[in-house]
Amino acid sequence: MSGRVLVGVKRVIDYAVKIRVKPDHSGVVTEGVKHSMNPFCEIAVEEAVKMKEKKLIKEVVAVSCGPQQVQETIRTALAMGADRGIHVEVSAKEYESLGPLQVSKIMAALARKEEAQLVILGKQAIDGDCNQTGQMTAALLDWPQGTFASEVTLEGGHVKVVREIDGGLETIKITTPAVLTADLRLNTPRYATLPNIMKAKKKKIANMKPADLGVELASKLEVLRVDEPPQRQAGVKVESVDDLVGKLKEAGRI
Amino acid sequence: QSTLVVAEHNNDKLTPITLSAITAATKLGGEVSCLVAGTDCAKVVAEISKVLGVNKVLVAQHDSYKGSLPEELTPLILATQQQFNFTHICAGASAFGKNLLPRVAAKLDVAPISDIIEIQSPDTFVRTIYAGNALSTVRCSESVKVFTVRGTSFEPAAVEGGSATSEDVAPSSPVGISEWVEQNLSKSDRPDLTGAKVVVSGGRGLKSGENFQLLYDLAETMNAAVGASRAAVDAGYVPNDMQVGQTGKIVAPELYIAVGISGAIQHLAGMKDSKTIVAINKDPEAPIFLVADFGLVADLFKAVPEMTAALRK
Repeated sequence: MSGRVLVGVKRVIDYAVKIRVKPDHSGVVTEGVKHSMNPFCEIAVEEAVKMKEKKLIKEVVAVSCGPQQVQETIRTALAMGADRGIHVEVSAKEYESLGPLQVSKIMAALARKEEAQLVILGKQAIDGDCNQTGQMTAALLDWPQGTFASEVTLEGGHVKVVREIDGGLETIKITTPAVLTADLRLNTPRYATLPNIMKAKKKKIANMKPADLGVELASKLEVLRVDEPPQRQAGVKVESVDDLVGKLKEAGRI
Repeated sequence: QSTLVVAEHNNDKLTPITLSAITAATKLGGEVSCLVAGTDCAKVVAEISKVLGVNKVLVAQHDSYKGSLPEELTPLILATQQQFNFTHICAGASAFGKNLLPRVAAKLDVAPISDIIEIQSPDTFVRTIYAGNALSTVRCSESVKVFTVRGTSFEPAAVEGGSATSEDVAPSSPVGISEWVEQNLSKSDRPDLTGAKVVVSGGRGLKSGENFQLLYDLAETMNAAVGASRAAVDAGYVPNDMQVGQTGKIVAPELYIAVGISGAIQHLAGMKDSKTIVAINKDPEAPIFLVADFGLVADLFKAVPEMTAALRK
């Protein structure tokens, strides 16, 4: 295959940050909180860059939808080795209700426009935990989907994908063009080195609006409220194994 | 109101999470239909027809449904939807349901809702976000609501007492852009992780894959399943299908025993709905103790064999 890979990258609250729900229950606190690239998107970028290094593909294009700040996330992808970026600009207000369906429509439109052979996404983002965008992008394009991938092999006009399923692993073979979504064990993403970060500053990021791609942003899902989950109370410390076994018997658990 | 539950099975048996999806469907009110698509699934049809709450079983059999590929199942579900006009379409939030339902939803041009933990009304659902660190209540005004159901949040429907009718639906024409090659399922005599009443899990504290034998021995005394934290999986001690956590499996057994697990947020997300949690860890400051009902600060290499011996008595 000698073509183009589109990689989606999402800017999310950093995985190490403790989430706080807003007092008015409208969402979680995002202001003044460290953000990073969604970890699953990093794996997707790494996989695409590796394909390019092996000369299996020609170009890696990193895409992100959102307000101005998502350009930082695109820059990170460029520093990891993506060739250029596309920023689909969505205002902060519209971004609040932007869901996987709208993002899929944007990704599908871009895949057509760029004549991509592969779209690689993370299997889910660690903010909304939806796990939908890859599957929906594939549906809208009528392409096959290799989701939750832990191993990807390009074989001519096919991709062999080893997938993480509930009881173990599954192998499928899909035709290209195709959509892949990255699971944790697909690879270990590289860190961007300083020279590459400098180089990334010179790479191009194109700017467009969803309307330029013919995508409407209206959503029929409305978040009514966001709450703290019920907190579990810490129990007691036991002194010994005998004590523990006794307590569990008392509680009827063993 | 009418709901379609897409059944997950291996042509021989129904996957337990489908029973939880059926329970969720019955909570919506109205008729519940189940779609069984497979290559030779008479046994599954017989099984699901007896499940309490199921009114109708729709059966589609064709070689192209081998391996439950979403590219092949989606046109079938779309045709079924066109024929019956369901108000809701759901499946379990397993690898199968998560792979398939978003594809169906996109083809229907509706936004799906993943991994729901509660149904407040036929259009309002609760789900977790940020690895279980917040709960989001969403209202869906799509004409058909497509969602997946978290197995641990809905009791499985009773497998006896129902008497659903069954009806054949015409299989869709093969799409042929994907091919199922093989499955490598981990073999084990222990109960399945997501269905077990007792789960023993190990973390980085186990120090090696060989040392998991300590947990297998302990599990054997209680007919428990064995799980692991992401740290243990990342370290290569055990395969990924044993992972409990936001990126692994969500479990809620009656008893969860965390051994040598510090209790990262992402692990807690996968097990904090367990009825009783036990933590064994030598670090008294480990965050796992903040959610444990019974905490034992001890060297696991001494405490676990001791516990196994005590339970064998």
